[in-house]
Amino acid sequence: MLVDKGKYVRIRKHILPPEQRASNIPEDTKKVPLKMWIKGRLVEEAELFEEAEIITATGRRVKGVLKEVEPKHKHSFGDFVEEILRMREIILAEMWGDEQ
Amino acid sequence: MSYDAKDLLSRRNEIMKKSVGIDYDNFENDGIGFDYDKMMNASGYTLADVRTIQQHSMVGNTPLIELENLTRYARKFAKAGFGARIFLKDEAANLSGSFKARRAAVSIHKAKELGYKGVVAATSGNYGAAIAALAAKAGLKCIIVQECFDSNNVAQPEILEKARACEAYGAEVLQLSVGPELFYTFLNVLDETGYFNASLYSPYGIMGIETLGYEIVDEMRHKVNKDPDVVICTNAGGGNLTGTARGVKKAGASETLIYGASVDLQGLHMASDNDFNRKSFTTGHTGFGMPFATNPDRSDVPRSAARPMRYMDKYFTVNQGSVFFITEALTVLEGLERGPAGNTSLAVAFKIAQTMREDETIVVQETEYTGAGKHHQPQLSFAKRNGINLHFGNPFSEKPGKDIVFPESANDIAIKDVDLDRIRLSYIKRFKDNNLTDSDKAFLMVELRVSEEKIDALLRQTQ
Repeated sequence: MLVDKGKYVRIRKHILPPEQRASNIPEDTKKVPLKMWIKGRLVEEAELFEEAEIITATGRRVKGVLKEVEPKHKHSFGDFVEEILRMREIILAEMWGDEQ
Repeated sequence: MSYDAKDLLSRRNEIMKKSVGIDYDNFENDGIGFDYDKMMNASGYTLADVRTIQQHSMVGNTPLIELENLTRYARKFAKAGFGARIFLKDEAANLSGSFKARRAAVSIHKAKELGYKGVVAATSGNYGAAIAALAAKAGLKCIIVQECFDSNNVAQPEILEKARACEAYGAEVLQLSVGPELFYTFLNVLDETGYFNASLYSPYGIMGIETLGYEIVDEMRHKVNKDPDVVICTNAGGGNLTGTARGVKKAGASETLIYGASVDLQGLHMASDNDFNRKSFTTGHTGFGMPFATNPDRSDVPRSAARPMRYMDKYFTVNQGSVFFITEALTVLEGLERGPAGNTSLAVAFKIAQTMREDETIVVQETEYTGAGKHHQPQLSFAKRNGINLHFGNPFSEKPGKDIVFPESANDIAIKDVDLDRIRLSYIKRFKDNNLTDSDKAFLMVELRVSEEKIDALLRQTQ
């Protein structure tokens, strides 16, 4: 998929490969690369999942692999959590008893 | 070339000097110590100046409210005549939704005064949103560097919400995977941009919180005609506690006790890729609280202005399940929906209040905003998806990273009193091979708030 110049995108860049990671970190972290994600506008049209360059909000140019076009915020208020409802029932019962 | 050998790290002090506008060498003593008071006074700002700077930016003067229902709830489990009145400083009312705006306001003011074009901060927390919001108001560019994802590209929902807030204020957000080498990226950005390092641990970052302690004493004198007996602070990097305690003292409340509180995340390694998404708190926890109390200068500036051991009278830990429980109680009993991490000290205050007399007062000194991702429901929902076992039972049995144990009654909220001497011993251990002079020992006495005999006893223990 070719993405147009000027589109707002997210790129990913590898900062350190596993063999260059700090010596004083846990083994599980040492096995994986240090990665960075950053958003900005595409400097030139680029293929999705290929190398691309962006201009960030502060005007810096950064290169990385094009991962996402018009990235959306996916975080939410989450699924229903039964345990929260149970805490609420405990709190209200202990506080108000038969008053309510 | 490995990370440890990077040229950038060797230029660390030079980059810091340029980006903080402070020459830390001016405060160094011979030996291990430095002149903390001289460093704090060198900024040239008085507490009154800081108040003016903050008021200009809709920061500070937040409501101090009495939690009458939570006090009543706590008294149900206390002996007759016991159960201190619990007060809460609603810091969510600050610009950007947390007390961190107090710290950001002073840093941004200084950056502007010194003529920097932009600011950079390394933070996954509320401080990012605070810096971004205040930079927007000051017309400064802003870059926030976050530790956000694990190696499977899964992010903490709370951190994603902070990234969203930063972007909404126009900031550039660099989101990194787990690891302390974030510091390398941070230095690189400072070096490349020449922006101001809005460190949480600079004198500005701490002076900003002094107003919080000052306001608490001032308001309590108006409300109950006396100084608060206890002020309790959620403790991570130590800045919140240090700044608040300094403000309390500047207001002249010399008898007020300062307590710290952290969520107990013992057993989870903060730099572990596997552990990263197995915790349900991204701040206010022992993973920061303990190492920063033990060695404050592990921060992103040569000498941290956050030095909690100088001010802390007691330090408590509390399990994750108990903080979620009190967060729910705050919501349904006081009508205050506030972020869970900020309620760490509230969970501890609820228990401590029961050991204090009814005519005494305890002030919980912060709250933080809630939103998508940043609320107990998404955080617990995320924990479940990561295989954390949620159940009710004895909160003391909670194993961070494996389960979250909720109390079956508010009476079972689980707090532990931390032995401060253990922290002091860890602090002093790194000097065990130094030949300490009298001035070194004098520094340690102030730094750890103990007598010379105690310093000698601790040193003997390290041998």
